[in-house]
Amino acid sequence: MEYILMIIGAVLVNNIILAQFLGICPFLGVSNKISTALGMGAAVIFVMVLATLVTSIVNIYVLIPLNIVFLQTIAFILIIASLVQMVEIILKKISPTLYQALGIFLPLITTNCAVLGIAILVTQKFPTSILDSVIYTAAIAIGFTLAITIFAGIREQMDLVSIPKGMKGVPIALITAGILSLAFMGFAGLV
Amino acid sequence: MEMSKIKILTNGFIKENPTLVLVLGTCPSLAVTTSIFNALGMGAATTFVLIMSNMLISMLKSVIPDKIRIPCYILVIATFVTIVDLIIQAYVPALSSSLGVFIPLIVVNCIVLGRAEAFAGKNSVFDSTLDGIGMGIGFTLAIFIIAFFRELLGSGALFGQNIIPFDGILIFVLAPGAFIVFGFTIAVVKWLQKTK
Repeated sequence: MEYILMIIGAVLVNNIILAQFLGICPFLGVSNKISTALGMGAAVIFVMVLATLVTSIVNIYVLIPLNIVFLQTIAFILIIASLVQMVEIILKKISPTLYQALGIFLPLITTNCAVLGIAILVTQKFPTSILDSVIYTAAIAIGFTLAITIFAGIREQMDLVSIPKGMKGVPIALITAGILSLAFMGFAGLV
Repeated sequence: MEMSKIKILTNGFIKENPTLVLVLGTCPSLAVTTSIFNALGMGAATTFVLIMSNMLISMLKSVIPDKIRIPCYILVIATFVTIVDLIIQAYVPALSSSLGVFIPLIVVNCIVLGRAEAFAGKNSVFDSTLDGIGMGIGFTLAIFIIAFFRELLGSGALFGQNIIPFDGILIFVLAPGAFIVFGFTIAVVKWLQKTK
């Protein structure tokens, strides 16, 4: 029950994009089509869970015992960057179909602040439990996929309507995201 | 100072403003603009990292092998971010708790890595430093404008001081207001550039 509440909270109430402002770049950049948005979402779920797993293990068994938590930022960004590179190489060898589906999104994820942001946030939220960290991260990543897919659906429809010249492109996308965020605020108080 | 140096410095202010024109580093521009104090703190931290990393990377550009330049840049940037993070924690704890995770996240701010790759890796130390200052000021200016309107509309205050006697429209301090104000700011900048 506890986990169900945590998952609902992470997906809907504290949605990573619409409430916590992490991962806005891919949210605006790869949300033109539902299919690419889903691909990006899948890649983010995959990398984020893996990254949090490794970073929380490193945090609990290396950084805290050695008393070098101040090196967290440097350690985590290096782990994430090399992890993404490694995943890319392994996927290419083992599963070419999966690589074709996720491949182009993987390099983009290194600079996705959502991955590093959540890796740091879970060390503050669940300082001792690796399992809790990973479940929470998975829920957050599902929330990312949900938000980017809904947003892509709206943007596909928006291509068909006429928008004032100055508002075209980024401005209207941001205002749409604002309205979507307003809708997600309706979930506040659910958990 | 010659003309071209001034151009490098002022390039980031409006013409190639990293936030409002190139739309980079969107996460902090939305997240920390609830008050002017937070925005200026974030702007100062990012400017420091931009200047220092631009300077060091342009010094090291002949030493860093081309193939692994991106990890090297990230390492340099992460080091300066850690320095800023520790300084803020030590001397301005209030700012540290209100900016939270967004200080370490300067590492993945695309503006910093973008300038390292596009400018500091190719230009002289002096030019790169100027570029860092210019881009830092441009970023600070952009988030200042967003924070100004969010704080004014959201709580009727500026710099934490009530200036209009009304409670404010709460939505502007909350998440949706960030997206909406940012969207309109970009639209206005686009319109200004077109009419010029």
